[in-house]
Amino acid sequence: MTLHACDALITSKTDPNGIVYCSEGSPSSFNPQLDTFGTTVDASSHQLYDRLLDFDQTSGEIVPALATSWIISPDGKTYTFQLRKKVAFHNISTFTPSRYFNADDVLFSFNRWRLSTHPYHQVSGGRYPYTDSLNLNKLIKSVKRLNGYRVEITLQKRESSFLANLATDFAIILSAEYAKTLTARNQKQLIDSVPVGTGPYKLSDFRQDQYIKYSKHPEYWRSDKLTDKLIFDITPSSSLRLAKLITGECDAIALPAHSELEVVRQQDNLVLDEEPGQNVGFWAFNTSRPPFDNPAIRRALSMAVDRNALLEAIYFDSAIAAQNIVPPTSWAFQPDVKKVNFNPTAAKKMLRENGIEDGFSMTVWAMPVKRSYNPNAMKMAELIKGYLQDVGIQVNIISYKWSIFREKLSLGLHDSVLIGWSADNGDPDNFYRPLLSCAAIESGTNRAMWCFEKYDQIINEALDYSDTQERAYFYGQANELLAEQLPLLPIAHASKYQAHRKELNGLLINPYGGIRFGGVTKH
Amino acid sequence: MLNILLRYTNLIIITLFILSLLSFALAYLFPGDPIEIMTGLKLEELQKLQNQSVNIGYDPEGGVLSQYGHYMSELFSGNWGVSFNSGQPLYEEIMQSLPASIELSAYALTISLILGLPLGFIAALRHHKLPDYTLLSFSVVGYSIPVFWLALILILVFSLHFGWLPLSGRLSLIFDVPNKTGFILIDILMSDIDNKHAVLLDALRHLILPTLSIAIVTTTLILRITRRSVIETLNSEFIQAAYARGLTTRQVLVRHGIRNALIPILPLLAMQFPTLLTNAMIVETIFSWPGIGSWLIQAIYQQDYSAIQAGMLAVSVFVVLFTMSIDMLLRLTDPKRKKVERGTI
Repeated sequence: MTLHACDALITSKTDPNGIVYCSEGSPSSFNPQLDTFGTTVDASSHQLYDRLLDFDQTSGEIVPALATSWIISPDGKTYTFQLRKKVAFHNISTFTPSRYFNADDVLFSFNRWRLSTHPYHQVSGGRYPYTDSLNLNKLIKSVKRLNGYRVEITLQKRESSFLANLATDFAIILSAEYAKTLTARNQKQLIDSVPVGTGPYKLSDFRQDQYIKYSKHPEYWRSDKLTDKLIFDITPSSSLRLAKLITGECDAIALPAHSELEVVRQQDNLVLDEEPGQNVGFWAFNTSRPPFDNPAIRRALSMAVDRNALLEAIYFDSAIAAQNIVPPTSWAFQPDVKKVNFNPTAAKKMLRENGIEDGFSMTVWAMPVKRSYNPNAMKMAELIKGYLQDVGIQVNIISYKWSIFREKLSLGLHDSVLIGWSADNGDPDNFYRPLLSCAAIESGTNRAMWCFEKYDQIINEALDYSDTQERAYFYGQANELLAEQLPLLPIAHASKYQAHRKELNGLLINPYGGIRFGGVTKH
Repeated sequence: MLNILLRYTNLIIITLFILSLLSFALAYLFPGDPIEIMTGLKLEELQKLQNQSVNIGYDPEGGVLSQYGHYMSELFSGNWGVSFNSGQPLYEEIMQSLPASIELSAYALTISLILGLPLGFIAALRHHKLPDYTLLSFSVVGYSIPVFWLALILILVFSLHFGWLPLSGRLSLIFDVPNKTGFILIDILMSDIDNKHAVLLDALRHLILPTLSIAIVTTTLILRITRRSVIETLNSEFIQAAYARGLTTRQVLVRHGIRNALIPILPLLAMQFPTLLTNAMIVETIFSWPGIGSWLIQAIYQQDYSAIQAGMLAVSVFVVLFTMSIDMLLRLTDPKRKKVERGTI
């Protein structure tokens, strides 16, 4: 009897009707329109909401989601979407939807970030980093309801990456009816913290820094198999996440540390998926501050640093050296651009020629969090400090709490920063524009604060064509311009990893953004 | 009797008063505005509330004395302010996490008593023989192991190597148990969920490692205290006299030994509770046990001063009340201690 009880104590496993995912932090809200950072996207985008279009997770192609079909006018400016019928919104304790999803919801969701006069625009701060950085609010001329299930979007000009943007994690569809109810109750701010969407799971409980609990959306429109519960166990320490994965307390974990990948590979009951990453980790110079406005100085600083050594020490060989800002898997990649070679002697000479004397001091900001594109910015900053010391430059490493770090970075208080970018869709425009266009300075994704007219012209021209061959020509020009101007030094494209237990089926790496639990089951 | 009660009540009130003064002073010692630290609200929010004529007793003009008065009245009405970090009322957060720590400490104490007392007796009865030396060396080792290291070793062996036991939390997040008392096992037994058996088993699985980590250290302590007391008792004259009257060892032990050996160690055992709670707080952070210890450490990491202030007060009040009550009870029941000169903690 006692033996039996002991057996039960050490062998009982958790419920197959629930998936526990150990995530790395608390989301800032449950609306990815408001935040481009992975933690928020993971917790909201694919769990709570749907988009008009989706990327196929394996091929990367644009596939129908809430829109069943679409027609593009011959001039490429007018898009007409046919919407899916009988798509139910979440029924939560404070709101019972009375109708299915229709064109009004599309209008509400788009107009919220598009129009500054919209009653919900200023709720939760009025900043929409993704759509603002791509100028989508200015690109879209009108969003019209043709009938209950047909929406027409007219653009100011032709833009070939538009459809891809509608399939990103940020182009989610909110419920207009819920918004109306909240307005009537004078509780507008709840729209982003007590969310209602059409996604596979609905939010049932959230405790800051502890957990997020979701339950199944019984009327989900896809035939995906769903478990009754989905739980995000918020575990900031990556070694603790791995430990919980080994003991079976988590079924899947976020961001396994590069130094721990070997441990995962050795465990028989764990699976490690790997996918070349659609991301870039880089060292951006604040070009709005002298002397970093001088391309020669940026080049000299880049030459003083041995990127291969950084790659080995920080990424543990799980990344490839970056040449362009786009990874080699992209069709805009160009292997033959002007390279930056490690040469401290030449770097030193170049610095002296440009008036940088021995003992010049600059700041390197290192982000305090771990991202796949840079798993340890702090350590990288230390290494760079060492290299720059060799050419007579003093480096102060600066880091703040993540939220403050981002805020101060947007103000341009840095000399240089170690950060990166993960693509949200397969279109190379998603690298070129948010990272370095003039408009992206304002929306806070252009960390180099670089505004270069010719560059903006090239990348905008690329969008006038829909043929990839033709577009690649323009991105080639952009690559050359960047290699010459070096507003930022691309360092690495890190592979994306996902670790989960064998019992979990159907969990794929989403190369273009957040994790997706719809259709994931457990045996 | 009345005398003892009065003295202790007096002592408790004075100690609590000093604690409240200290906690009040913390608000001034921490960086930031005292009123923000005491309420956990930003000044603007307080002004707004004031403007909406919500009476929150916010009076920046009043002197320190009137502020202290407000502070105390809010404390007693259960209004402990909100956490800077989560925005949740502190009273609720503490009332959720403190029972978790008490629960863990209580189980650990129970196990330590069950193991420590008999082992102490065995060591004393086999004084200077092999069992004594074995137990003594075990206790020296156990006593000198840092509790957090022990906890990590237990995790390494039982969770990571064998994969038998979970290493974090008190219950798998899959299960939803309504929070009534804050004591997980009681909550589960009181709830009317369908798979009670599985949930209970899961809670027990989560309990084993943290309880053991704390209990091992406390067991060795109890073993040593018991052993010393039993040896002293057995050497005393009335035991010798009992032997002289021809009683067997067993009779001597049962009739005269056990009771007399236990009485002097009971207060010592009760006094282990604060140490136990401290150990529990360390172990909590390792096992992510949602108790007051990991809660406070989180608050310290995040510089959540309002939470630190309220948490410290809650823990110290609990420890003072607990130890003093035990002490008082023992004095009331122990015939040797009828006369009390002064109270001790």
